[in-house]
Amino acid sequence: MTTITQMQEIPQNDYAKHGLTKEILREMLRKMLIVRKFEEKVEELFIVKGLLIGPSHLYLGQESIAVGAMMALHRDDLTVTTYRGHGHALAKDVPANRCMAELFGKSTGNCKGLGGSMHVAIYPKTGSLYATAIVGSGIPIAAGVGLGLKQKGKKQIAATFFGDGACNTGAFHEGMNLIAVWKLPVLLFCENNQYAMSTPVRMAVSSPTIAERARAYGMETIVVNGNDVVAVYVATMGAAMRAREQGLPTFLECLTYKMKGHGVYDKGDYRPKEEVAKWLERDPIATFKKRLLDQKIMNTAEIDELEKSTQQEIEDSVKFAMEGSSLPFDSISDYVYKE
Amino acid sequence: MKELTYADALREALREEMIRDSSVILLGEEIGVFNGVYKVTRGLLDEFGPDRVRDTPISEAAIAGAAVGLALAGMKPVAEIMYMDFLPICMDQLSTQAAKMRFMSGGQLNVPMVLRTQYSLGRQHGSQHSQFTPAWFLQVPGMKVVLPSDPSDAKGLLKSSIRDPNPVLFVESGLLYRTKGPVPEEDYTIPLGEAAVKKKGDDVTIVAVSRMVNESLAAAKKLEADGISAEVVDLRTLQPFDLDTVAESVKRTSRLIIASDDVRCGGIGAEISASVSETCFDYLDAPIARVACPDTPIPFSPPLEQQYMPNADRVIQAAKEVLGK
Repeated sequence: MTTITQMQEIPQNDYAKHGLTKEILREMLRKMLIVRKFEEKVEELFIVKGLLIGPSHLYLGQESIAVGAMMALHRDDLTVTTYRGHGHALAKDVPANRCMAELFGKSTGNCKGLGGSMHVAIYPKTGSLYATAIVGSGIPIAAGVGLGLKQKGKKQIAATFFGDGACNTGAFHEGMNLIAVWKLPVLLFCENNQYAMSTPVRMAVSSPTIAERARAYGMETIVVNGNDVVAVYVATMGAAMRAREQGLPTFLECLTYKMKGHGVYDKGDYRPKEEVAKWLERDPIATFKKRLLDQKIMNTAEIDELEKSTQQEIEDSVKFAMEGSSLPFDSISDYVYKE
Repeated sequence: MKELTYADALREALREEMIRDSSVILLGEEIGVFNGVYKVTRGLLDEFGPDRVRDTPISEAAIAGAAVGLALAGMKPVAEIMYMDFLPICMDQLSTQAAKMRFMSGGQLNVPMVLRTQYSLGRQHGSQHSQFTPAWFLQVPGMKVVLPSDPSDAKGLLKSSIRDPNPVLFVESGLLYRTKGPVPEEDYTIPLGEAAVKKKGDDVTIVAVSRMVNESLAAAKKLEADGISAEVVDLRTLQPFDLDTVAESVKRTSRLIIASDDVRCGGIGAEISASVSETCFDYLDAPIARVACPDTPIPFSPPLEQQYMPNADRVIQAAKEVLGK
């Protein structure tokens, strides 16, 4: 019988118990800062500077999920993520300058400027296998990746990320069933940020929670405090071990909130002000910093230094991106078929 | 040469490729225990086991999506979708995922998968189990579309499709499964993207695909008796299609008929016709003719379906019209 377990915020006193060294905790903060500063820069480049154009879905407020999950995964574990993928890409070690160049549509981008913002998390070199812009479509693909890894007898596992909106698509249900019935080593991260575009979960999901849908498919399910990077990390470690050793999937519903709207141009003003304020108090980076300071794991000077170095990395990425050029138009047909 | 049915030729291709390459894996509805609805996968479960011959739930989107994921993970999946009518259920995975991955990843990814399906026009399967819609994929660069018309091509083209590093939609004809033809004894493949001149002729070119190749060959034979020499070109691959072979033929015969089992409007004939008009306009001595299905859904009633389907007689009629006879 599968169960739904809860993974609440993990008290900082327990960090050592979970094997969290200062090095790991510092790296968590560094990665979350990279994502945060990247996204803030992207927003500025779109709205203030007008240098970027097209759809772009920011990961602000959800940094703890990608970072906690990716740090618990191995580099060669394969991820299938989504159009809200800047955070997944950066957390899975896609270099910031390659990501930024991709957003600028330059040939120096990881997809040579042919993918754009919604596919920036395609970088198989670091296991960031694929990012889809069609809601729900990544789940059957992740099933296939998991099956392939299992069939080849690899110890690698697959992980897929999607939002609450994906849980109402047919691909979600078909993919979930296949993963469960074939017992595939796939971790499913449902980043429940409470809204699918402007539609709140309560208006779109018939079951009281998304997690119980997963349980109905016979999957181990964990409801995680998605704004706590440590909780996500610990939950992922357990789920990854189950996948690696027993070949079983786990569904992780990570409860979180978009700090901004659906896309970079959306102000998200359809959300109640009190609700937004309540969630902003739970900013995953501010709360984590406070806990690191409280527990004397890092001091203010160390955090400031990290803030500075990550900001510099992002400034450099913009410079790198702007220096690049786009592919010659007559070369794009070379990318349609592989010889 | 040996005699094989179209279905057995396909089965040999699957079996030989599974022996040659351990990463080849089959998945689809009823392909294992039931041996496949058309017995193309007969005996393969027993020989290769349930890990390599996977019966799936009725979940077309998941079948196609899992094939995409398997290909990304380094396997060579051959997925089966029982009827071509079920392709729209998994269209996202084919046209929007598989076909675009290489392009939009800037060449980082490629998707070596085959999706086999068949169409059952002429088998009284009604509007929802008979459609022939390969022309949809003319709008999908990145996908290859292969349509064999005889057992020898079926085997050679399927082997090439499995070895191809790109996603391939492999469309079989339900009416042809039990037809027999000569198949080479030795290991062979047929390159994708190359049309075949199945009969030489001088007066009119008939470009055909799948079942209509056989009808066109029958028509060409009858036309000989009337002193008309027809050339029959089997396109074999629709996407990307071999315009060079078609154009070379049209430049000699100056007349073109396109014969296919799809609905006329926006179909295979429309694209071939437009391409030939662009490249061979000065060589044409008559308007290009299409022999295709009328623009209605497919009727069930057997006599209505017979009238609905294109056949050799209609090809003959079209040939006489373009020749003014």
